[in-house]
Amino acid sequence: MKYECIRSAYGKKLVEAGAVNKNIVALEADLGKSTMSCMFEKAYPNRFFEMNIAEQNMAAFAGGLALTGKIPFIHSFAIFASGRCFEQIRQSIGTAKLSVKICGSSCGLSDFGDGATHQTIEDIAIMRTIPGMVVLEAVDANQVEGLVDAVVAHDGPVYFRMNRSDSPVLTQPGEKFEIGKIYTMREGSDAVIFACGNMVSIALEAADLLEKQGVSLKVLNVSTLKPLDHEYIKSFADGMKAVLTAEEHSVIGGLNSAVCQAIAGSFVGPVVAIGMNDCFGFSTLDYQTILNYFEFTPERIANDVVKSLGAK
Amino acid sequence: MKTVDIEQLNKKAALIRYYVTKMIGANKKGHFGGSLSVADILSAIYFYKMNYDPKNPKWDGRDRFFLSKGHASYAQYAALAILGVFPENELYKAKQVGSMLQGHPDMNKTPGVEGNTGSLAQGISLAAGCAQGLKLDGSNSKVFVVLGDGEIAEGQVWEAATAASCFELDNLVGVLDNNGLESTGVIAERHCIGDIKAKWQAFGWHTIEVDGHDMQQLVNALDASDEIDKPVMIIANTIKGKGISLAENVAAFHNGMMNSEDFDAAIEQLESQL
Repeated sequence: MKYECIRSAYGKKLVEAGAVNKNIVALEADLGKSTMSCMFEKAYPNRFFEMNIAEQNMAAFAGGLALTGKIPFIHSFAIFASGRCFEQIRQSIGTAKLSVKICGSSCGLSDFGDGATHQTIEDIAIMRTIPGMVVLEAVDANQVEGLVDAVVAHDGPVYFRMNRSDSPVLTQPGEKFEIGKIYTMREGSDAVIFACGNMVSIALEAADLLEKQGVSLKVLNVSTLKPLDHEYIKSFADGMKAVLTAEEHSVIGGLNSAVCQAIAGSFVGPVVAIGMNDCFGFSTLDYQTILNYFEFTPERIANDVVKSLGAK
Repeated sequence: MKTVDIEQLNKKAALIRYYVTKMIGANKKGHFGGSLSVADILSAIYFYKMNYDPKNPKWDGRDRFFLSKGHASYAQYAALAILGVFPENELYKAKQVGSMLQGHPDMNKTPGVEGNTGSLAQGISLAAGCAQGLKLDGSNSKVFVVLGDGEIAEGQVWEAATAASCFELDNLVGVLDNNGLESTGVIAERHCIGDIKAKWQAFGWHTIEVDGHDMQQLVNALDASDEIDKPVMIIANTIKGKGISLAENVAAFHNGMMNSEDFDAAIEQLESQL
């Protein structure tokens, strides 16, 4: 499988978008080499603002820029972008519906080495609670390019999270990204898994394993965590014997919560949540080790599917 | 230089105080203290200094105003009504369901409000970002922001102060409503705030200290800010509750209440200043 860096693709795409739309400006909190906003800085030094390690001011300052018609992209690690400046995003950006774009980089457990302080398992939950906030996660380097176009075009605040590690390429280049669309990555008829980000490729591997056992798993790439139409989500669960959700995020408040809110009262089968079970991560020397520890693996997903079908 | 009629500006400040008091009413809690202390400052900014067309509050070439101490919103609403941005009768519908006037400023509900402020410290960041955006556009517009002295305990204020000086935002003018009181008492007695002037200077701002109830001094300071090539903080020493004797320098009137008798006396006192 081919792997590519989502962050690098993002940085390159933001530069391209900045050439077309001169209102795009970028703000950074001293993590430009990680978030890859450094590419925008190099291309357009006059439209780049190093806000230094002061995320709260960065968020509200970006709101001020948006008041003059700019389209500010603010950058930090996902935990700081969503957590440190939650209230600034809520008040200065959210209540005013300002068109500020918030990039939460190194999301989930992908900052494996830095440990619990820098891993982000709450950002989807936090951002979903802000009225009017759009919440996105691209599955690969191709999709993030379409995501940037969609984010620029959307009139209003958007939060998008990005994995730090190189990610398997699952989509074609040049595909249009539609906010609110759930992408079917693999057809299936026994069970359906709603997955986002890094979990999509793991779910696809699980589907391969299950096929050998005669079990058919439908795999969805939920690149929009909000807004998600309830009837639309229900249409994917209809006729399935089990529903699963998989996210590199807490099982509280994220993708699982979004899906459960939609299918509550209509879907009668088992629903399995794969995510962080109300616990923090820790430091590891490589990404795979922490993914294995928390059982973000094809084998675990396949096992959960089989168990859930047996429970029916 | 614009002509200035100090007496008129004083009367408009008095009118702001009168409207604020009438808006809150008798036997109801409201942010009297900070709304009354800031009235002269708002009068000098809105009715003298700002380049503003009340008939076209979204005109691109306008100066911008942000009330970072958003709990004094009634004073801002009074000023906007006096300017004619919206009718006076809207003032008396404040906080009612469907009203354009919220407890704290809301740009999507109130004509003339430039940003959503009142979660303390955020207004100065918004103002600085707005000043930066105007500079990118090559605009000559200025951005005014009013902060409270209780508010500057927030770390974000100093993040914004650093950014404004780092980005050389010479189109940004702050006024600190330095009334010495916060909700629960005298700030200096409750928490060491330090040398306010030295702090702003250390963060790269030019400071001018004035009596915040002396209109001539306020006007002179605002005019002087035009000539400074860095962000300016006008430290305006004020009296919380200014204009109503029983509210002056009383911390409880931060968000206080008057009984009918006191309210009538306050209105009488304010009317005498109109």
